[in-house]
Amino acid sequence: MRILALVAKRLFWFVPTAAGLIAVVFFISRVIPSDPVALIAGETASRAQIEVLRTKLGLDRPLPVQLVDYYRQLLKGDLGTSLFTTRPVADDLFARLPATIELTVAAMLIAVSIGIPLGVISATRRNSGIDHGLRIASVAGLAIASFWLALILQLLFSMKLGVLPLQGRIAGFPPRAVTGFMTIDALIAGRADRFWSALAHLALPAITLAVPALATIVRFTRAGVLDTLGRPFVDYQRATGIPRALIVWKYVLRNALTSTVTQIGLLFGILLAGAVVIETVFQWPGIGTYAFEAILHSDYAAVMGFTVYAGGIFMLVNLLVDVVHGLIDPRGGTA
Amino acid sequence: MKSVPTTLRQLMRDRSAALGFFLVVLVVVAAILAPWISPHPEAVWDMNPANRLKPPSRTWLFGTDRMGADIFSRVLFGARITLMIALVAVGASLLIGVPIGLWAGWSEWWIGEALMRVSDVFLAVPQIVLAIAIAQTLGPSIENVILALSVTYWPWFARLVYAEVRALKRETFIEAAIALGVPPRRIVLQHVLPNVASPIIVRASIGMGFTILTAASLGFLGLGAPPPAPEWGRMISESREFLPETWWYALAPGVAIFIVVMGFNLLGDGLRDVLDPRLRRSHDR
Repeated sequence: MRILALVAKRLFWFVPTAAGLIAVVFFISRVIPSDPVALIAGETASRAQIEVLRTKLGLDRPLPVQLVDYYRQLLKGDLGTSLFTTRPVADDLFARLPATIELTVAAMLIAVSIGIPLGVISATRRNSGIDHGLRIASVAGLAIASFWLALILQLLFSMKLGVLPLQGRIAGFPPRAVTGFMTIDALIAGRADRFWSALAHLALPAITLAVPALATIVRFTRAGVLDTLGRPFVDYQRATGIPRALIVWKYVLRNALTSTVTQIGLLFGILLAGAVVIETVFQWPGIGTYAFEAILHSDYAAVMGFTVYAGGIFMLVNLLVDVVHGLIDPRGGTA
Repeated sequence: MKSVPTTLRQLMRDRSAALGFFLVVLVVVAAILAPWISPHPEAVWDMNPANRLKPPSRTWLFGTDRMGADIFSRVLFGARITLMIALVAVGASLLIGVPIGLWAGWSEWWIGEALMRVSDVFLAVPQIVLAIAIAQTLGPSIENVILALSVTYWPWFARLVYAEVRALKRETFIEAAIALGVPPRRIVLQHVLPNVASPIIVRASIGMGFTILTAASLGFLGLGAPPPAPEWGRMISESREFLPETWWYALAPGVAIFIVVMGFNLLGDGLRDVLDPRLRRSHDR
C-alpha cells in the first residue's frame, strides 16, 4: 500500500512539473528571442514572408493563447516540424531512439558490471592502496571532459592503433531492421561479421559514456557497503561463521545498493536524454547527434522538440527510479 | 561556521583536499598572471600562417594551432575565460538561489512554495539540455553561456538551502529565538544563514567544477565564445579536423579542464569533511 501511495504522490507531481517544463521551453522559444518568427524564417526571408509565416504559425496571437495551443499540440504528440529534415520532429526522434537506447544500455552494462565489484573491493579493503587508487580514479573520472576523452580514445585506438572504428554505427550495409538495435539485428540476420562490426563501432562511444557513470557507481557502492558493514547483522553473521565473501557479496551488497540503484537510474535518464556531445563526436546516429545538427542548422523547432523529449524522458526515468527504490527499500525515507 | 584560518589548516591536513586547493590556486594564478607568464602573449589572437600547426618544441611549449597561435599561451588566457564564466555563473546562482531558499524555507508562504516547484522543474531536466536550448536561442557569446548556466544552476542552491532551513526551524535555539521575539529577519540572517553556510560553500565548490565542464561542453558545441577567443572547449573542437597528425592540439586544453575540475572537486570533498561532519565522505553525493 505504501508503494501505491508513493506512486500516486509522484504521479500527482509529475503532471504539473511536466507542464512547468513545457512552459519553460515555451518561454525560451517564444519570449526570449526578440522575433521568433524571423528566427524560424531564417536570414534570407523578406519582411512580407515573415508576416505571412507569423500568421500561418499563429504567432501573431497573445502569448497565453499560444501557450495553450502549444500544450494542445504536444498532447497530440506533435513536437513541431523540423525545418531541416522537413519531417515531424517526433518522427525524427522516434527513428533515432533505438541507436541512443543501444548506446545507453551498452555504456551502463560496462559501468555497472565493473563499477559495483570495484566499489565493493574499495570498501572491504578500506584505506588500502587499492582503495586510495580507486578513490583517486573515481574523482578523476568525474573531472575529465567526456568529449576530450572521446577524442583521445579515437586518436589512440582508431587513428594510431587502428583496432577500432573511428565513428558511425556499422561498416557497409546494416542488417535488416527488426529491433533497431544493430547488434541484435545482425544476430537475427545470422551475420556474425555484421555483429562484430556493430559491436566494434559501439565500443568507443560506450566506453566514453561509461567512464563518468563508472566513477559515480564506484563512489556510491563504496559508501553503501561501508555503511552496511557497520550494521549489527554483519557482526552476527560473522559470529555464526558464515564465510566473509558470502556475507559481503550476498547479504551486505543487497542492503548496500539502494542508493547505487537510484544513481544508476539517474545516469540512465541522463544518457537516454541524449548524450549530445559524445554522440556527435562519434557520429552516432542517435538523439544527441540529431540535437547537435539541429543546433548547427539553427533548426529551432527541432531544438525545442528535443528539449521537451529530453526533459520528458528524464522525468519518466526518475519516476520509475522512485518506484523501484520504494520496492527494494520499503522503509521509504529517502524516496 | 569555522573561521577561515581554521578551515584552511584542517584542509591542509587532508592530502587530497590540499592537492585540490593547490590545483585551484595554480589555475587562478595562471589566469591572473597570463599576460606576464605566457611566452608568446602576442601570438594568442593574431593570425600567423608561418607558424601554423607546429609540434611542441622549446619555442612552442604545447605546439601551435591552425592560426599559428601558441597553444600554451592560449590555454593560459583560456583560464581567464573559464574561471570568469564559472565564477559569475555560480555567483549569480548563489545570489538567486540562496535568498529564495531562505525565504521559501522560512516563511512557508505559498509564493515560496510555488518558487520551489519552479526549481523542481529545472531540477527535473539534465542541466546541459536546458543550457543548450537557452544558449542556442540567445546566440553564441560568453554572456549568453553565463546566463544559460545561471538560469539552470540556481535551483540547486534554492533546494539545498530550503531543505536546511526547514530542518533548522525545528531546532531548539531557533524556537527560543522566536519565543524571545527576535524579529524574523534577524533570526534568518544572524542565526539561520551562518548555519547553512557550510553546505552552501561545499556545493559552490563542486558546482564550480560542474559548471566548468558544462561550459566547456557548450564551447565544444560551438555555443560559447566566438572564434578568436581562447576558450578551451572550442579549442578542442577545432583540433578535430587536424587529427591524428597534430595530436598536441587537443592535449593541453583537455588537461587544463581536467586540472581545474579535479581541483574544485577535491576541494569540495575536503571542505565537506572539514565544515560538515554530518556529511562525511562515506555518505557521498
